[in-house]
Amino acid sequence: MSRSELLIVTILIVLLRTVSLPAQSQLTWAGDLEGGAPFVEADPNDPNKLTGFDVEIAELIARGLKRTPHFLFVPYASIDQAIERGTAEIGLSGMEDTPARRASMATTIPYYAFREVLAVRDADVNRFRGLADLRGRRVGTLGGTIAYEILLQGEGRYGLHAVSYDDDVHPYSDLLLGRVDGVLLDNVLAERRRKNMAGITVQPQAVATSHYVGVLAPPNAPLRDSIDEILRGAMADGRLETIFRKWGVWNDDQPALYANLIARKAVPAVSVSGSNELIGVSTMSRREATLRYLPSLVKAAGVTLILSCLSMAIAVALGVLIASGRVYGTGLIRLALTGYVELMRGTPVLLQLFVIYYGLAAVVKLPAFLAALAGLALNYAAYESEIYRGALEAIPLGQLEAARTLGLTERQVLRLVRGPQAFRIALAPMTNDFVALLKDSSLVSVLTVVELTKQTQIFATNLGSWVIPGSLCAAMYLLMSLPLGALARRLEERWKAPTT
Amino acid sequence: MEGADDMSAILDVRELHLRRGERTILAGATFTVARGGVAALMGPSGSGKTTILRAIAGLERFDRGTIDIEGVRLQGGIRPDSALLKRLRRQVGLVFQFHHLFDHLSALRNITLAPTHVLGVPMTAAESRARELLASLGVEHRASALPRELSGGEAQRVAIARALAVDPPMLMMDEPTASLDPSRRNELGELLARLAGQNRTILLSTHDDDFARRWATTILRMEGGVVV
Repeated sequence: MSRSELLIVTILIVLLRTVSLPAQSQLTWAGDLEGGAPFVEADPNDPNKLTGFDVEIAELIARGLKRTPHFLFVPYASIDQAIERGTAEIGLSGMEDTPARRASMATTIPYYAFREVLAVRDADVNRFRGLADLRGRRVGTLGGTIAYEILLQGEGRYGLHAVSYDDDVHPYSDLLLGRVDGVLLDNVLAERRRKNMAGITVQPQAVATSHYVGVLAPPNAPLRDSIDEILRGAMADGRLETIFRKWGVWNDDQPALYANLIARKAVPAVSVSGSNELIGVSTMSRREATLRYLPSLVKAAGVTLILSCLSMAIAVALGVLIASGRVYGTGLIRLALTGYVELMRGTPVLLQLFVIYYGLAAVVKLPAFLAALAGLALNYAAYESEIYRGALEAIPLGQLEAARTLGLTERQVLRLVRGPQAFRIALAPMTNDFVALLKDSSLVSVLTVVELTKQTQIFATNLGSWVIPGSLCAAMYLLMSLPLGALARRLEERWKAPTT
Repeated sequence: MEGADDMSAILDVRELHLRRGERTILAGATFTVARGGVAALMGPSGSGKTTILRAIAGLERFDRGTIDIEGVRLQGGIRPDSALLKRLRRQVGLVFQFHHLFDHLSALRNITLAPTHVLGVPMTAAESRARELLASLGVEHRASALPRELSGGEAQRVAIARALAVDPPMLMMDEPTASLDPSRRNELGELLARLAGQNRTILLSTHDDDFARRWATTILRMEGGVVV
């Protein structure tokens, strides 16, 4: 081997070591910082440090594996996917022990037992004791959870309306605002909110019980088995108890769970009070599951279509007014409209939706669908107005002067000559925006509106796979957007032909 | 020319001044146009011919001077209000050098637009009048064509029909011969003579000496922003 070859080999070895060594000595675990205390949160005193019982459990497991824990931020709803593709080895973030997760992932033994509990406003304590009392009422929870699945079953059984949220704070704030009449979530989340918000009572009776588990990818089953032994050891010697006591969530449910697990008895994923019905659809065949979810997907696609069409119609009308104001208006009007357009284009539509629904709730309590409609329409109006302004300014001055010399008023010139020609120019970019809006409408799920993407996510969570729900979802979006493009092309062709 | 007292004058332009920055466009242009007949405004490019036509049509502001046409007065430095412009445009029509037909409308709809929306003529009446105009100009077969499907000569005739549809006593044309070959120029000359015979006054700008000498009843020469 020559000197240069030796050098290359040495460099390769060093490179390989730097790449592979940390991976073996580290345990990369995924969690959602938005979940907050007591699960995982940034230390208020030092935001670079993490605290929470899931952080301590990750440390406990890593120590048992003789590795160092390495945290990776993954949004709660995507943790399973992140684990499956190998971004992290284990997900620890109050992950629920669902039949779907047990079937599609390598889950650890449960490390904490929780109860699904109903929270109501103080005034309704005697009125709404359980889900059966909430006929015709809206009940909120976190989407993609066991609680949501229970509420969906409750729609059929008790006639309530399930409302899905993307976080666990807004269900409770909306409970106080009267947008929902109950919130079903686990006791850890409910207790945390009850302490921070006045006016909420948690009903003592558990609606269901389940557990938190660690989630690993199926090929990592051997690693999962070692982790199970580490957890059993920590159950037996009281280390888990110490952690949960420290975070104030230790209760009598845990010793019973731990005793069963140490004795290696099987523990059911979920038990619903007064029901033998299974939660989740993973026990069905894919075909059955698809058939069960298809109607709700079609319904959600309808929500997407109606929301998109209505908000586009409003955006077009507003856009025309804004563009006309910017082309014809006085200095002050132009300045105000330019400010509006820049504000709406320059800030994320997600933020605007949040402000309209949650931020303005103290002033005007818009229903979720109206807030979504307003948010999308106001945002897209800014984009549409820019298209129309450009199109209006593209009409040659000669056309306008010819109309003026014939005696048409400025208003008639706009309506009969400038507007119709500008509209033909604007058609292609408008179609483009409508297709974009169709997909942007998925953002309104943060306002509890269940549209196509959200429904797909719920379906996928319950099924434990994105393949079928994702394909169906894509097909439905295409079914909606392709005819739009065809319609626009037909209009363009018709305008090319003589009008008489 | 002394036209203020001439009762047969349809147009009286006095002391028109216009400066744009350092450039003097009009430097006191004064002339009258007698009722009936074809008046040709001649002069080299940049002498202010088009600017004067645009000023008379109410499209161009001017600094000083007056324009009187059938009891309507435009005054230099004063922005005409919409009522005045409305009256002005009942008196005078303009056919642009590049026609400026409405691109989104057929030839027929180009012609019916103003009668129906400005004069309130019912669509059926406006349509039959438009077809008459197209026929008299020899382009009735192009009624349903879009402007971009018309030849230069056809577009000009449609533009003339469009201006005539609101029946102004005076019709102005900016460089009407510029895009026509010699045989077409004679056809245009005959057409203008016929229109002038129908109690209409034609004022056109051109730098085509032969055309002006053969068809114009009055020739006005412009140079350096004045009529000499």
